[in-house]
Amino acid sequence: MSATQDQSQVSQFDLETTPGQGGIGEAAAGYWERIKGGDLGALPAVIGAIVLVIVFGVMEPDSFLTQQNFANLLNQGAAIMVLAMGLVFVLLLGEIDLSAGFTAGTGAAILGVTLTNHGWAWPLSIAAALLTGVVIGFAIALLVARLGIPSFVVSLAFFLGLQGAMLLIIGEGGTIPIRNDAVLSVMNKNMPVALGWLLAIVIIAGYAFSSYWAIHTRKKAGLPTPAMSVWAAKVGALAIVVLVLIFLLQQERQRANAPIVIQGVPWVVPLVVALVVALTFLLTRTSFGRHVYAVGGNAEAARRAGINVPNIKTLCFILGSTLAIVAGILLASRDNSVSPTTGGAQTLLYAVGAAVIGGTSLFGGRGRIVDAVTGGLVVAIIANGLPLVTQKSGVQFMINGLVLLLAASVDAISRRRAAATGR
Amino acid sequence: MSQSVEGQQRAPLLSLRGINKSFGAVHVLRDVDFDVRPGEVTALVGDNGAGKSTLIKCIAGIHPFDDGEILFEGEPVAIHGPKDANQLGIEIVYQDLALCDNLDVVHNMFLGRELHTGITLNETEMEKRAGDTLKSLSVRTLRSLRQNVSSLSGGQRQTVAIARAVLWNSKLVILDEPTAALGVAQTEQVLNLVRRLAEQGLGVVLITHNMNDVFQVADSIACLFLGQMAAQVRAKDVNHTQVIELITAGRSGELGLQPREAAEAGVA
Repeated sequence: MSATQDQSQVSQFDLETTPGQGGIGEAAAGYWERIKGGDLGALPAVIGAIVLVIVFGVMEPDSFLTQQNFANLLNQGAAIMVLAMGLVFVLLLGEIDLSAGFTAGTGAAILGVTLTNHGWAWPLSIAAALLTGVVIGFAIALLVARLGIPSFVVSLAFFLGLQGAMLLIIGEGGTIPIRNDAVLSVMNKNMPVALGWLLAIVIIAGYAFSSYWAIHTRKKAGLPTPAMSVWAAKVGALAIVVLVLIFLLQQERQRANAPIVIQGVPWVVPLVVALVVALTFLLTRTSFGRHVYAVGGNAEAARRAGINVPNIKTLCFILGSTLAIVAGILLASRDNSVSPTTGGAQTLLYAVGAAVIGGTSLFGGRGRIVDAVTGGLVVAIIANGLPLVTQKSGVQFMINGLVLLLAASVDAISRRRAAATGR
Repeated sequence: MSQSVEGQQRAPLLSLRGINKSFGAVHVLRDVDFDVRPGEVTALVGDNGAGKSTLIKCIAGIHPFDDGEILFEGEPVAIHGPKDANQLGIEIVYQDLALCDNLDVVHNMFLGRELHTGITLNETEMEKRAGDTLKSLSVRTLRSLRQNVSSLSGGQRQTVAIARAVLWNSKLVILDEPTAALGVAQTEQVLNLVRRLAEQGLGVVLITHNMNDVFQVADSIACLFLGQMAAQVRAKDVNHTQVIELITAGRSGELGLQPREAAEAGVA
């Protein structure tokens, strides 16, 4: 903050100039500047995913690098991703919800009991489970935002309490099978091949059009716009990634001469994509989302700006718990059943790890919904590949713990770096 | 009580008459009169504990006055909360700025009062209006309106905070020690900005401890001494020493509190 630094900025540009017109080179330079300044974004997750795929691919080429396993991996990761999306809202506030894993389990238990034991229609069962999530989130928020108990303690209490509630709902030691086709098909059925390609086109065209429209409106309003070459590069990169992933999923993934054909995009993929789009819209295009970032960045400033901070916190905890319930439903669908081990501590740690690896800060104020997906992919690769490499669950637990610590360290270091470089 | 040396100026934008405020047994403000005129910078000076912060917090609606009259544009008004003050067009720039580091300049300027089309934020309109406001204040030191506030210098942050205050067609802007934490060049920048606010016809109240700032930008100087308004004078009618005397002793020659009043205040 020295006078010399200030003067250098004074003489640099003024508002009349339109930065970012320089094309891809300048955009890349700007990105490199941001990374040096501690704003890593999705970079650790992308590097992590590539390294892990190479490592597991070399160690276990026959079992890890198969199309069957790739589809598996997405199914394993989906629940973690959705749970992590909910945690992003809570983490953005600088809070934590340790009970989310058992909230997922409780949701699955309610779904199982109402569907199988009481024969409810599936939409009613899902609605009941989601409503439970709203109530849990509201209760946590009441204690955190109105009473002022640290969220760590409140959610730890709910961690224990919900574990108990789940046991009581399921009944001692029981496993409840789920036979409803609608619920099971999310995780066990695939889209027809044509529909899969349509999904790819919708994703790419949707991104291309919405980002083009944003540039167009800015240009019309006479505001500085990024160069079209940067836009084209981004759309191109997204198109390549989406097309490769969808192509892999479209292949026949049964072993040779198996009686049935399994191919196509699992139904859970469009569900996750829809959640990402909807929640990203909520977080970046609405007042509510803006206020979430403001509360996480400087709660006192948000309060003085007239934002109702307890209300924002309450909504974030409700979103977190409700998305945890969605994750629980996905887990039940994947396992075809609900047991006391559905969800729980392991799932929670995976989800927290996913959000943090993806680039969401534990300190609040920084994070995106898509972080939950990129980070969730990394976590899913670890959860999927590690048992192929070692059978010892002791080693697996220790490695998972280390990965979480590594992610948190990257977060802390990038935060310090950001503070040092004034970002 | 207060001795005003005033020539031919515009009618006051804000007038306080006979303001009293106590916190329990502590009588913080005693029969304070205070005038702010549009198009002028009014410096509010006084030693620590003189009641400057209490006075502006009462104007902002954070604390209620115990008694006294508030006239805004000649009309008696009641200020029961920050919302009332904002509605009148009173904006305060606090010393600790109240900006969110993780949001960009536009987001900070519209924080809590975002513009919408339907349910979505109208980013282009907000950016345009933020840009226009900064341009109208001749601010040319920001690289981009879309950079995060955390990457700005102290002077630039103060600029954003002040620009936020004038964005809402405000009539009275109160600045609480805006230059306290700034270097020489940045202080200059901010004082120029303060001057421009007044030139645009706004009433500006500048709270400061720095006499150089006072004489550089102020048209009128109001000196609080132990909760009493020692004097509100035209800046061109007094010199540096007289203001210091008003701040430290409550009087300076003919100006300020009479000896008996000063003694009473001293006892309190």
